[in-house]
Parts: sequence; C-alpha cells; structure tokens
Amino acid sequence: MSEFSLLDYAPIGVMFLVAIGFAASQILVTQLIGPRKRTATKLMPYESGKDPVGSARDRFSIKFYTVAVIFLLFDIEVLFMIPFAVAFKELLAQEKISTIAFGTIAFVEIMIFISTLVVGYIYVWRKGTFEWGLQARAEARAEAKEMVKEKNRRIRETQRVA
Amino acid sequence: MESVIKTAFPFIVFSIAILLAFQGVLMIVAYTVLAERKVLGWIQGRIGPNRVGPWGVLQPFADLLKFIFKEDLVPDKSTKFVYFLAPIVALTCALLPIVVYPFGPVITTIDWSFLPYGLGDNIRQLPMTIAQIDVGVLFVLGITSVGVYGIALAGWSSNNKYSLMGGLRSSAQMISYELAMGASVIGVVMLAGTLDLNGIINAQINSPFKWFIIPQFIGFIVFLISAFAETNRVPFDLPEAETELVAGFHTEYSALKFALFFMAEYVNMFTVSVMVTVLFLGGWYVPGLGHLLEPGSVPYALVSHVAFIGKICAFLFLYIWIRGTLPRFRFDQLMNFGWKFLLPLALANVILTIIIVFFLNR
Repeated sequence: MSEFSLLDYAPIGVMFLVAIGFAASQILVTQLIGPRKRTATKLMPYESGKDPVGSARDRFSIKFYTVAVIFLLFDIEVLFMIPFAVAFKELLAQEKISTIAFGTIAFVEIMIFISTLVVGYIYVWRKGTFEWGLQARAEARAEAKEMVKEKNRRIRETQRVA
Repeated sequence: MESVIKTAFPFIVFSIAILLAFQGVLMIVAYTVLAERKVLGWIQGRIGPNRVGPWGVLQPFADLLKFIFKEDLVPDKSTKFVYFLAPIVALTCALLPIVVYPFGPVITTIDWSFLPYGLGDNIRQLPMTIAQIDVGVLFVLGITSVGVYGIALAGWSSNNKYSLMGGLRSSAQMISYELAMGASVIGVVMLAGTLDLNGIINAQINSPFKWFIIPQFIGFIVFLISAFAETNRVPFDLPEAETELVAGFHTEYSALKFALFFMAEYVNMFTVSVMVTVLFLGGWYVPGLGHLLEPGSVPYALVSHVAFIGKICAFLFLYIWIRGTLPRFRFDQLMNFGWKFLLPLALANVILTIIIVFFLNR
C-alpha cells in the first residue's frame, strides 16, 4: 500500500471503459430499436404545449456565475486543508519525539489559513453574493404597494360618487 | 505463454471483479427504484407496483423493456453532440467510484497455491476492494463532482428554457453543497490520518464507540444534508421541480437516454450512502463479530460484506422516507441554507476538530 504503483490505478481505466461502453451501447440500442415517427411539432422544444417563444440560448442571471467563481475559490481552499488533515496527527506525534515543534507550527499556520478564508467569506457575504431574489422581491413589494394605492384610490372614487 | 498469462492475470482478475461489482450495483439500483415506489406507496396509503411478478419484483425489468421500446427523440434545435454526450458523462461519473468502494475486509486464509503456472505464489491476501488507491476519498469526491457537467450540458444542449433553468439551478446547487461536503470530510480525514477508504474503516474498528459519527457528529449531519443536495433528492430536488420546471434538465430526454440520467441519480445515491457508511459508520465493521468468527476468514468477510450492504440500504431507505415526508425548498432558501448555514457549520466543525486534536495529542 505504501509503495506507489501505477498498476493500482489500472482498474479505474477499465471501469471507465466499461461505464462508457455501457452508456454508449444503451444509447445505440434505443436508437436502433425504438420507433421513429418524427413530426415537426414533436421535435420542437417543449414549452407546455405552446409554440416556443424566443430561444433558450438567452442570457441568464449573473448570480450563477458569481456563485461558480466563489465556489472555485473556496473549493481550492478546502482542498488545501486536506493534506494538512492527513498529516496533522503524524506531525503532532513527531513533535513529541523531536525538538522541532512540527505540530504547533502546522496548527498556527492552518489557523492563519482558515482565518483568511473566513475573512474572505465574510466579505462575500457582506457584498451580497448569497442573497437570492433580492431585486425580484423588492420589485414585487413595490408592485404590491402600487396595487394597494390603486385600490384605495378606486374606493375613494366610488365613495365620492356615492 | 506462461509469462503472458502471468502479466495478464491481474488484469483478468480485476476485470472480472469490476464486472461483478458493476452488475451488483446496477441490481441494487434497480431494486432501489422498486423499493422507492413501494415505500412511497405505503407512505401514501397505496399498494405500489404489484402487477409484474410476485410483489412486483420484476418491475425494474419491465421498466427497462419499456425504456428500450420507446421513441428516442432528438429535438431539432438541440446541439446534437453535446446532447448525446451529457447522459454518458452523467452515468460514467456516477459509476466510476465503484472501483474504490471497500466492499469488505481483506481475506487472508485462502491458500492460492492451487492456481496453475505458480500464479498464486505471491498472493497472500484477497482484498474486497478493486482498486486499492491511497486517495479514495478525494477520488470519489472528485469524480462525483465531474457529474455536474452531465447535468449542466444536458440543460444547455437541449435548447429548452426549462432544461436550461434546471441545469443552471442544479449546477449552482451542487457546487454550493459540495463545499460543505468537502469541509465536513476534513474532520474525519484528520482523525483517521489517511484518505484511503479502507484505512478510514480500519481507524474505526474494534468498538462501535470508535465510529466517527460520535466525535464528528456535526460533520455527519452536514455530510448527510449535503449528500441529499448533491444527489438532487427531495427536499433539494429543485432541478426537477415538476411544478415549475416540468422535468428540469432532462425535459427533452426520452427512452434510454432518460434512463441513463435516472440510473445516474440512483447510483449517486448509492455512492453517497457508501461514503456516509465508510466515513462515519465504520464501513463493513460489525461490533463483536471478531469474537465469533476469525478475522480474515471467508465467513467473516461475507458477514461483514452483508453488514456493509445493510448499512447502505438503511441510508437508501432514509432517502425514500424523507422523499415521502418533506416538501421542497424554494431556490433562495436552498442557497441561503447552503451558503449561510451549512458552510459556516462545516468550517466551525473543522476549526473545532483542529483545536481538539491539537490539545489532545500534544
């Protein structure tokens, strides 16, 4: 186990071929066996029975993009913690038998690392990256206010007429 | 001739093992689907499928036949190559982790010298893991997260607004919860001191009190919740929220292409159940079994294997149970929960574990 051998990873390659072969053969089978009656309506994008409006290759909320970027940053930082986690106990054990404070150094370093991560986390939180639908909710609230105003105006008008 | 056989021998052995495990996982997946329909039926006061075979046991095969004989639609406006690639990516990424699952303990008592050409001379043990790699945890986390591509590509290539929304939501959800999942694993890795799945189990044997669910309870909860989100299951099944997105990213998929996504989802459920079992519940370890049977013998391995599958099935049942019980989140609630609650909780767990390990071991 301790010695690295590329042969240990060979089954992954075989599994990869088996999985891809299985999936591709399924698609092939269904293409060959399944019936084929194509009509223009059937091949339209599904939009609940209506003719599709516009194209789906449209712009979408930038939110998704910012979340992806932040994920990348944090995921890399989490990944950096994994080698530390594997070695931490070992380092603490070595500290006991040697004069160098391996474990303490690692502890201080990881704490500094995590605190930078936390600072970044607080920053993105305060910047509002995790707020979803704020604008939509504000718009809905404004619309509701307008509707109430309109309703009150109508009530007043009917009262005046009466 | 002899040297060729000697070189090819390991490949033949693990190829057979891969086919066996592959078949086994697919069978478990097929029967998870049946169990889900049965249990959901019972929860809702129905009987569930009972027409095909006794108690409906042949239902999965009937479903498969139906999938095969359905028309395979390819929408006009789709990007064809990506459209066909997406289900393959999804299923391949779901199936790949099978090779590192620790299905049971190492068998050491069989004498392999009966094999011809002296093939058995150097074999001392038979591990019940196909690929014994040192980075099992990272491998599983890495490969399953590539599965996001299958969903994102499917959503985009269908050229359908529902699919696009489903794909986007799904990708955002999966990457958000992957952070919490990755962070919750760190505590376990720190306690075990290894990334090898068998090593993590070996750190938990000898007593059920050594199971990492006890020192890492917060990590367990975070992992379990993010596992539900990662596999797009209720209450986090926003990508396929029928009431708003029709069928989400697989709206335009039919016949076996749809079945591939369906299988991928259930294989992913199986994978996260394996991970929960291995990381927090001692994997194949059965408390007290070492006193009854000799560790390393074949019956010991078999009983442990059955216990492993049993623990996984308990988690699969939990999935179904929760699906029958809970309603769906709203998307902003989902993102808030992931980023503002689960991630800080996982980070706090990591910091707490670091501090406790540091002061206990110095």
